[in-house]
Amino acid sequence: MIRLHEGGIWIDRSRPVAFRFDGVEYEGFEGDTLASALLANGVRGGFLSPILGRPRGVMTAGPEEPNAYVEVSEPWFDPIVAATMVELADGLVAESRTGTGRLRPAGTAVNRRVEHRRTHVELLVIGSGHDGLSPAEEAASRGDRVLLVERERDLAGSGTTWRPDGVTYRTRATALGLYDDGYAVVLERAGAVDRIWHVRARDVVLATGGIERTIVFADNDRPGTMLANAADEYLGRFGVLVGPHVVIFTARSPAHTVASTLREAGTDVTVVDVRSDVTGIDTDGVEPLLGWTIAGTEGNGGTDGNGALTAVHLEGPSGERRTIECDALLVSGGWNPDLALWRSIGGGTRFDAGGACFVPTDGPPWLRVVGSAAGEVSAGTPYWFVPAEDYSRHFVDLQRDQTVADVAAALDAGLTSVEHVKRATHIGTAVDQGRTSGVITAEIVNQLLETGPGAQGPSNARPPSLPVSYAALAGPYRGDLLDPVRTTPMHQRHVEAGAVFENVGQWKRPWYLPRAGESMDDAVARECLAVRNGVGVLDATTLGKIEVVGADASVFLDRMYTNRMSNLGVGSIRYGLMLGLDGMVLDDGVAMRVAEDGFFVTTTTTGAAMVLDRFEEWLQTEWSDLRVSCTGVTEQWADVAIAGPRARDVLSAVGTDVDLSNDAFPFMTFRDGTVAGASARIARVSFTGELSYEVMVPGWYGLHVWDAVIAAGEPFGITPYGTETMHVLRAEKGFVIVGQDTDGTVTPFDLGMDRIVNMSKGDFVGRRSLSRSDTSRPGRKQLVGLLPEDRSALLPEGAQLVLEDTGAIPMPMAGHVTSSYRSAALGRPFALAMLENGHALYERTVFVPLLDRTIAATVAEPLFYDREGRRRDG
Amino acid sequence: MLLVPCPWCGPRDEIEFRYGGQAHVAYPTDPDALSDAQWADFLFMRDNPRGAWSERWVHTAGCRRWFNLVRDTSTYEIRGSYRIGEEPPA
Repeated sequence: MIRLHEGGIWIDRSRPVAFRFDGVEYEGFEGDTLASALLANGVRGGFLSPILGRPRGVMTAGPEEPNAYVEVSEPWFDPIVAATMVELADGLVAESRTGTGRLRPAGTAVNRRVEHRRTHVELLVIGSGHDGLSPAEEAASRGDRVLLVERERDLAGSGTTWRPDGVTYRTRATALGLYDDGYAVVLERAGAVDRIWHVRARDVVLATGGIERTIVFADNDRPGTMLANAADEYLGRFGVLVGPHVVIFTARSPAHTVASTLREAGTDVTVVDVRSDVTGIDTDGVEPLLGWTIAGTEGNGGTDGNGALTAVHLEGPSGERRTIECDALLVSGGWNPDLALWRSIGGGTRFDAGGACFVPTDGPPWLRVVGSAAGEVSAGTPYWFVPAEDYSRHFVDLQRDQTVADVAAALDAGLTSVEHVKRATHIGTAVDQGRTSGVITAEIVNQLLETGPGAQGPSNARPPSLPVSYAALAGPYRGDLLDPVRTTPMHQRHVEAGAVFENVGQWKRPWYLPRAGESMDDAVARECLAVRNGVGVLDATTLGKIEVVGADASVFLDRMYTNRMSNLGVGSIRYGLMLGLDGMVLDDGVAMRVAEDGFFVTTTTTGAAMVLDRFEEWLQTEWSDLRVSCTGVTEQWADVAIAGPRARDVLSAVGTDVDLSNDAFPFMTFRDGTVAGASARIARVSFTGELSYEVMVPGWYGLHVWDAVIAAGEPFGITPYGTETMHVLRAEKGFVIVGQDTDGTVTPFDLGMDRIVNMSKGDFVGRRSLSRSDTSRPGRKQLVGLLPEDRSALLPEGAQLVLEDTGAIPMPMAGHVTSSYRSAALGRPFALAMLENGHALYERTVFVPLLDRTIAATVAEPLFYDREGRRRDG
Repeated sequence: MLLVPCPWCGPRDEIEFRYGGQAHVAYPTDPDALSDAQWADFLFMRDNPRGAWSERWVHTAGCRRWFNLVRDTSTYEIRGSYRIGEEPPA
């Protein structure tokens, strides 16, 4: 294996490049691949097989490489990549990898940029060559936008210098996957940039060419064993010559041409052709061994330990034996059209006896295969493996160390489908996607089952067609760009107040606001007591808000909510539950009637988009006769909730033109007016049980009104509180949180909310399901309260409940804890739970078995604080 | 990724849409008149044909309108879309 003094269209001999492989310094040329540079330095082995630890070397010159995988750490990081696909860069550092890559070690810089681009074209051509360039030219001449992607660094491999005008060319660009309606994902590796192209094309042409096929024989995996075509490419592209003593093992005529090329360059070549009757080949006057096969190989197990090939054992047509010493064995069993993308999108194939390969049949109307990918290949011979007594070293998939014996074992086990053989042996599931093993495996199966060539084709191909990093696929969509972050107009004040935030959907909400030295429990207890005994303020902006307007708005809401909204007076508010068609609780909120034909509806923070979608779905698809329009206005309104016995005092001090007296402005009504000079809608609803005003103002006044409330509340000790305190306070009152206390299997009756369900008002969504046999059966899980008998024990949310503490495992489970908190007002922990037949079990003891102990708890009505509701009016 | 022909906006990438299941499953005019089995049939049971079928989509990241389209379930080929209240393409 040497570098010739001339030749090699891809290398620049004036630019030497230093690199390191497995700790050894080498030199190559600019334009080399890591594989070509290693071969030029005489490195034949250097790699180990993943399971058996057998020596392996570079076998191919492209992405089909099964052996030579490396981790690159300089000048950029790449966890696992074929050495045949790494372009040499000065200072490149690579280490051989066996089977699997690893995540980037800490402290290693990636030094690769990722980009995502989108493009739309009339024609996408994948691959080049004359077959790909022709349709590109034809489309471009019509004025179509044409994109041609070629995985190599230039189109020189095409064998033509023709470059039609009007075509956008992208090289080093591999189509990773092809999807419905002409959608392609392409990875362009340009220097230190990984660029992912999302291409939508009206038509796609596959000019992906073919992949040379090997022949399987004993010890066919020694370093120095390569595909014949790869040797040809290393010579032509990089001036690297295999040999000097070469054996070519083939079943097809083009390999004899490779032999001529290598002889011209100065090697000694013996051609072993399994065919006994061959005509029309140029033998350079060297008689090929016709009808001979390879019975085995010898490797160098000696001092350098690289296991490289030293000799091949041949067997003649009459059983005669010969051994030839050689340092390279080139194999050419046939030529497989590269149909991975074609098959991944559902394209069909059939076996072509003339070419001894699978060729495309029917596929999607927008997709066409041309050239050798379409089966325009020279004649082939259906010869797959050399018969032997022992098949345990006839390697089929080198990256999985699987042999003909392994395939036979799978068949013996009754796995006669190629797809099952794949799953039993893992053939084709490694990084190389089985490019060199897929067709061979199918044909070994066909031959062992005696079903004839082509009876089964290779197992299905799936994207990505080339290993690609998650970083490249993620592109810029990571960190803050992974998902939108929504903040309220008052967000900066929460940050300044030292809030700890929680994610609620995409919103950032203050979770609790600890003071110096406070734990979360301390902070929540302080915030809870402030609301119960004085006054607190919550940023409730994230609450979903929808305007429902139109002559039929009240009819519509009567059908969407379980209770009646049509008899709600203007200026009044009603709590509403929304069900799915299956009768299960979907969302809750309040409806405010702002006019005869207009409602202002609130939803849960995370349910806002879903509820609006649902409104639209019913209005557009079922009740298009209703004159209603819906507008999401969540962000248009900032919402400042002032809660606690001093809430009225604070709001008065802030300054409003609304009469806040209980008679003029009673519970469950709202008033429009001004607050701190801003136009406002004030709602007297309460999620805490305390006197409460929700002050809604246009979003851009949110910060101003928040500041005004904080300033005016200062003399009253106003305390900003977060969602955790809100959760504790609502749970003390037994108010559920949809999605926490409910899970999509809970009806309003299960929640004890019968009074919210109006079965006589006419039909509403979910109504019929409430009388289904399962929905109305006794013994369903029902919402209850739990008081741990150990007054210091906090039940874990999600813990299971059992009725008897038998200690026997398993125990029949009767329910689970949905919410659990320490209550400052009660001076003890408490919980909400869903418990089978729970409404009939008040005052009974249930048990919560945990890993280290069992906690007993008393079942109670889910209402722990101010049972009479005296506090809501202040 | 399918190219979905929104009847209002034209062809757009599938990710702009949400799927809505089988089309033309009308809400019963009188749910109370249905037996539990009939109601369950409406609620849970849908066709699953090989070949052409009508399905609902909504252009969530576009015009937010619901529409129907006819798609071949074995090839994913979309034969055409039509607005609510319109007849499927022949």
